[in-house]
Amino acid sequence: MSHAADHHGGSPFIQHHFDDAGHQFQTGKLGIWLFLVTEILFFSGLFVAYILYRAQHPEIFEYAHRYLDKFWGAVNTAVLICSSLTAAWAVRAAQKNQKRLLTFCLGFTVLAAFGFLGIKAHEYHHKWEHGTLWGCRFVPDEDPHGKALKPVLPAPGCAAEGFTAPKPVPGKVYDGELPPPNTGMFFSVYFGMTGLHGIHVLIGSFIFIWLFLRSRRGDFEPDYYGPVDYAALYWHLVDMIWIYLFPMLYLIH
Amino acid sequence: MYMGNEAPTQKSFRDVKKGIKSWLVTLDHKRIGMMYLTGILASLILGGSFALLLRFELFEPGGQFLTKQQYNELFTLHGAVMIFLVIVPGIPAALGNFVLPMQLGAPDVAFPRLNLISFYLWIIGAILMLITLFAGAVDTGWTFYTPYSLQTSTAVVPAVLAVFILGFSSIFTGLNFMVTIHKFKPQGMGWFKMPLNLWALYATGLIQVLATPVLGITVLLLFVERVIHIGIFDPTIGGDPVLFQHFFWFYSHPAVYIMILPAMGVVSELISVHARKHIFGYRFIAYSSLSLALLSFLVWGHHLFVSGQSRLATMVFSALTFTVAIPSAIKVFNWTATLYKGSIRLNAPMLYGLSFILLFTIGGLTGLFLGTLSIDVHLHDTYFVVSHFHYVMMGSTLVAFLGGIHHWWPKMSGRWYPRRTARACAVGVFFGFNQTFLPQFVLGSRGMPRRYWDYDPQFTLLHQLSTIGAVILGISLFITVCYLLWSWFKGKPASSNPWGASTLEWAQPSPPPLYNFEEPVDEIPELYDYDDLEYDEATQNWVRNPPVKA
Repeated sequence: MSHAADHHGGSPFIQHHFDDAGHQFQTGKLGIWLFLVTEILFFSGLFVAYILYRAQHPEIFEYAHRYLDKFWGAVNTAVLICSSLTAAWAVRAAQKNQKRLLTFCLGFTVLAAFGFLGIKAHEYHHKWEHGTLWGCRFVPDEDPHGKALKPVLPAPGCAAEGFTAPKPVPGKVYDGELPPPNTGMFFSVYFGMTGLHGIHVLIGSFIFIWLFLRSRRGDFEPDYYGPVDYAALYWHLVDMIWIYLFPMLYLIH
Repeated sequence: MYMGNEAPTQKSFRDVKKGIKSWLVTLDHKRIGMMYLTGILASLILGGSFALLLRFELFEPGGQFLTKQQYNELFTLHGAVMIFLVIVPGIPAALGNFVLPMQLGAPDVAFPRLNLISFYLWIIGAILMLITLFAGAVDTGWTFYTPYSLQTSTAVVPAVLAVFILGFSSIFTGLNFMVTIHKFKPQGMGWFKMPLNLWALYATGLIQVLATPVLGITVLLLFVERVIHIGIFDPTIGGDPVLFQHFFWFYSHPAVYIMILPAMGVVSELISVHARKHIFGYRFIAYSSLSLALLSFLVWGHHLFVSGQSRLATMVFSALTFTVAIPSAIKVFNWTATLYKGSIRLNAPMLYGLSFILLFTIGGLTGLFLGTLSIDVHLHDTYFVVSHFHYVMMGSTLVAFLGGIHHWWPKMSGRWYPRRTARACAVGVFFGFNQTFLPQFVLGSRGMPRRYWDYDPQFTLLHQLSTIGAVILGISLFITVCYLLWSWFKGKPASSNPWGASTLEWAQPSPPPLYNFEEPVDEIPELYDYDDLEYDEATQNWVRNPPVKA
């Protein structure tokens, strides 16, 4: 609103339909909390699918989770926790008008987000190479312990859908432990959950780039830092979902 | 304070800026509400035309002019358009957008830009729906049940994408309204001094925020399933198709309350204003809105009685379903008690209001038949369900929507629709509706299955009665849309408070100025109290009489 400044004084970003800066901040805060509730429910569908399939077919989860790389999963957990710290620190810096610290913290959060996505891309790439993919595309060339596995489609329905497995190489020794039927379901759930989470990280990184640029322009001050606060809350949620995903997918027995 | 007859000092929101562009980029909740209304009424005509085609096809047994495949596509699109483009956004996004900030005495909703984004998401969803129509349609029924929706060769992908996007439009509207009510309630207005319309919109927002994301993930999974075969709902590779039904109804049952609750809010206003009586049992109506919102989350399993759900779950869901009758009945009794000894005016809004009470009662009570396990086994997937659903969704929600439009139209447009024609159309809608759907209860209880293109000759008479009713209904609705459009440009100017209502939106000029109020609201008029209002014959306006101070 162009004439906002003459209504309220202070930051030009206070919209004119609010009483004052505090009113705008509190309104936005309630809005973002409600939005986070919708996010939790949005993920809940996949969590329910996870619970259901794991309860019905524990052997699939037991077998397939060994394919996941615990080391890189743990590194990514650390990366996200660090970025959550800098996101929270950015809020404090904005409150205390420490503009350089604010810009630094926002920038670090962006880098961490990209770091997370890079590591995730590395993990996805590895799975792509070895055929440990979702549903009918689960045709691994090795078992979780690295032993060669005879290429078999994961479910009888897959051939009907037009999927084919590569022909076994004659003379090669296939001594891997065969996966239980429908093991592709684990990777359906894995890619569904981490993929949706990854999209959220990607969106978050764009938000933090935008905040970083605004912070360099000097938009934020103790009277107006709502966007930093809301983005940080969103980021904590994204972080927290990963903190659930990591043990649920990587660390089960 | 604005007394009602002074000339407004500011230009109205209609005149403050001119031109199409000023509408398309507006942040004003009133203009956004009007744009929604336009889009929704256009969708109503589209969905209504589909319905008429279906009814003509069923005029006689055997094929008339549609193939079986076209019939399946038409009923799917009729359902999808009517549910996702018309009834879900109908009252909240069109009327609610216009009225909610004004009833709070606020200049706008909390997040005006988000409001505009919601509208454009709706537009994108509507366009995708049209693309579906031309890209080979979709024949799954509006529920997209797996595994059929995974196998059909029709355009499921754009259809579910449309539903996904429309879901977000709905979430953002609900979120915006909840925050607006929390943060823009003026000092003098406690929770129990809010108009009941706001209670209803608040409860609706709650369901939109809590249920719609689940629909989002459900259709997203269906989308991913169609595109890259992820298999979550695909039984051939270990997925669970019934899980889809659970997810779908976890949203879509509460969604029924997203559709009906705002209708109840509108009717609470209509009944009180046009019977000139304080609403009876204010707190009970307010609490019953919240309890309906809560109960709506606990009954989704009654859609799965014959889908292989466990017997225990079935019994629990059946019992919970009956509890929904309690808050619903509380509302109906309170409206009836409000009418008792009131000075009832039989104008168009009130005719719709009274129709609502009758039709909702029939729709609600037949719901109990379907909640009863043994009877449901006989009635499920018959015309009885079709009719029950239409009594609640169309006979109640759409009728209340029409009542609300006629009630607030003088405020929204600043002009009058032709009132006698409006009354005639309201009567036409009521009788046309009943003639369409009462025979369908009989059809269903005699075993006519729903979604069938052909039928046994013994059902011919009932089907023909129903089709004739649908024609009456269609003509009434079409005339209504035409005269509303006409009156926006050519209607006689309306006064600021032509009904003598006591809520804040009527204490401002018609149409209202850009930021709704000439000056900040400092005094909240007594809610549903009509004693201080006096009719001024010369200006055809109800003017507030300041109480004489001793």
